[in-house]
Amino acid sequence: MNFDFSADQKELKDQVNKFLTANCTTKTVRKLYDGKDRYDAQLWKQIGEMGWLGTAIPEAYGGLGLGYLELCVIAEEMGRALAPVPFNSTVYLFAEAVLAAGTEEQKKKYLPKVAAGELIGTFAKSEGTGPTLPKSIRATFKDGKLSGKKTTVVDGMDADFAVVLARVNDDAGERGLQLCVVDLKGSGVKRAECETLDPSRCYADITFDGAAAEALGKAGEGWSNAQAVYDRAAILTAFEQVGGADVCLQMAKGYALERYAFGRPIASYQAIKHKLADMYVFNELARSNAYYGGWALSTNAHELPLAAAAARVSATQAFDYAAKENTQTHGGMGFTWDADCHFYYKRSKQLGLVLGPQRSWKDRLVSELETSNA
Amino acid sequence: MDFEDSPEEAAFRAEVKTWLDANAKPRTGKREINADDMENGAANQMAASKAWQKTKAKAGYARITWPKGQGGIGGTPMQSIIFGQEEGKYDVANGGPFAIGLGMCIPTLMAYGSEDAKKRHVWPAVQGDEIWCQLFSEPAGGSDVAGLRTKAEKNGDTWTINGSKIWTTGAQFSDFGILLTRTDPNVPKHKGLTMFYLSMKSPGVEIRPIKQASGGSGFNQIFFTDVKIPDSQRLGEVGQGWQVALTTLMHERLAVGGGAGGGLDVPQLMSLARTLELEDGPAIKNASVREKIADWYVKSAGLRYTTMRTMTALSRGQQPGPEASIAKLVVASKLQDLSAFAMDLEAESGILQGDDAPMHGMFQGGWMSSPGLRIAGGTDEIMRNIIAERVLGLPQDVRVDKDVPFNKLPVSR
Repeated sequence: MNFDFSADQKELKDQVNKFLTANCTTKTVRKLYDGKDRYDAQLWKQIGEMGWLGTAIPEAYGGLGLGYLELCVIAEEMGRALAPVPFNSTVYLFAEAVLAAGTEEQKKKYLPKVAAGELIGTFAKSEGTGPTLPKSIRATFKDGKLSGKKTTVVDGMDADFAVVLARVNDDAGERGLQLCVVDLKGSGVKRAECETLDPSRCYADITFDGAAAEALGKAGEGWSNAQAVYDRAAILTAFEQVGGADVCLQMAKGYALERYAFGRPIASYQAIKHKLADMYVFNELARSNAYYGGWALSTNAHELPLAAAAARVSATQAFDYAAKENTQTHGGMGFTWDADCHFYYKRSKQLGLVLGPQRSWKDRLVSELETSNA
Repeated sequence: MDFEDSPEEAAFRAEVKTWLDANAKPRTGKREINADDMENGAANQMAASKAWQKTKAKAGYARITWPKGQGGIGGTPMQSIIFGQEEGKYDVANGGPFAIGLGMCIPTLMAYGSEDAKKRHVWPAVQGDEIWCQLFSEPAGGSDVAGLRTKAEKNGDTWTINGSKIWTTGAQFSDFGILLTRTDPNVPKHKGLTMFYLSMKSPGVEIRPIKQASGGSGFNQIFFTDVKIPDSQRLGEVGQGWQVALTTLMHERLAVGGGAGGGLDVPQLMSLARTLELEDGPAIKNASVREKIADWYVKSAGLRYTTMRTMTALSRGQQPGPEASIAKLVVASKLQDLSAFAMDLEAESGILQGDDAPMHGMFQGGWMSSPGLRIAGGTDEIMRNIIAERVLGLPQDVRVDKDVPFNKLPVSR
């Protein structure tokens, strides 16, 4: 039995942790809450220089070619630090889409730039409120031109390129969809910044009016390609969520030990102890499910869709619970702008929604169980 | 990261398979889950359990981590797990009535007993000839074990025991027990305890089965009336009983995997949901059913992979992390909630039991055993305290009884 990260992977995790502890504190996050920047450009540059963006990108395309388990440990630390950079949009979504569906030429065109920190990428799927369904996609991709409106695109204001899910033919369902890559700095692209709960992760609505785009993968395979990318992203995001949830538990514990009420530390009251014990239980379950996802991702196992859904649901539940109960443990102070609790509360929701809601992932999980038990 | 055996583990697994092939028949088909099994375990197949235990003891597979000649092979915890995994594939009476004796009582005897006592008791217990039980809990002290009141008074070289113990698993077929008593009520509660072992056949020991809410009788209450124990059967010093008991309980926690749920889980719920039609179509397609299935699946899967993390630590020769402590807490309430949900899906027939109930009453059985599972071996509340205090390092509860002589403590309103 060898169901854990290797010594080298743990060493990498330590290094990433040390760097982020020094260079990405909650003060870094607070700057974005109180200022006008949409991400921390300095941190983004440093992360690019260290090669983290190319962790799982093969050497042939300019990456480090390490692997997904290495990316998982980095993800956990990014989540722990609430790193306010377009890491998950660029690495988990854009690069994974190019790796999964791109031609050799496209991989050579985009991936070295991602790895070098020269390209911010994202994935544009939603078109309004409610879950994205095959039939709800109205954006069209025809004769190399993309038209339509994509909403709530993560890092949409700053991304250089986006992978877009659009309709290519008259089929109203999945078979009518295709992915395409569009240069967001080109003509026919208009972006509008959205006001969001978590100012350290920004979103945009993007309108395309005959913007030049190139196909990514085959027509008719857009939906399944998107799903494959989102499965992989769900596992990596689960590690971020696990990292964030762990910080919440440590914060709540630290505060409960220091805060005295009625003559003793509040950490000595069972109402607090049991809450923190429950947090620990959720966090451990989520960590174990994320590890299984990491294994499936690194081996491209056929269990990957089930592992991804379970990792996603479990991590979302854990971070939700830890973030809200951390705030609760801090009492009134936890509800102030000056305390850090709300950073985690908001990030837990941002990560919990960015790849689609828990409800959809639960449905997906059961569909996978139905198939595997059939 | 993978789920493979190391070369040494693979070699051991092959060795175990060869031995099992020579000594047992592979299990055919799945075991039916029924309420009786969940409550009474393998106690009803005592003769078969004893015979299988003897076979294992001779081969050194009864207590793999123990030394050669004492039922073991001086093996690793991982080898013990591998044996268990392979043994589970054969039609043998494993588990059974030896877990408490060999897991808790005999290790305590080995730590504190005389050489004569070890010579006399260890081997008969290992090979299943003698069964041991643990006599700690009392009617007035469940979670508060150290609040126990069974009295031991010394006269010459003999102790006289009066009092009562409860929730004793397997006492009705036990030959010996380890017994925690109060020898000094004038000092604070933890300081006045002393541990003994005794024959369950001693005059003055009366064993009464407890009829559980579920109808079964897996536990007992034991009454001690002027029971005599020679001082040579004392384990540890007089007044050191609590430290001795902690040794026993520490061995309890070394068991990997935590509580079981009787095998009742998401697959059984899905089987039920596939057969039922709800207002809006098949139950398996109903959104609220699917959401519940997903919730319980991530708990079960999370526990399964948590166990694998623990096993990985053992496999690497490391001390497992504290994550194993979450299992019982998660399993027991999941069993209760999942069973209740299944019964609700069954609608009016959810109230039936046994063969009259859908799927042979497995959900009713799970529902009826779950309240016990949430209490036995540490209540949900105690498990949360343990996680909070020992894993997270939070302070202990305020103990108003800590420095007060035991006989000055309030015992009721």
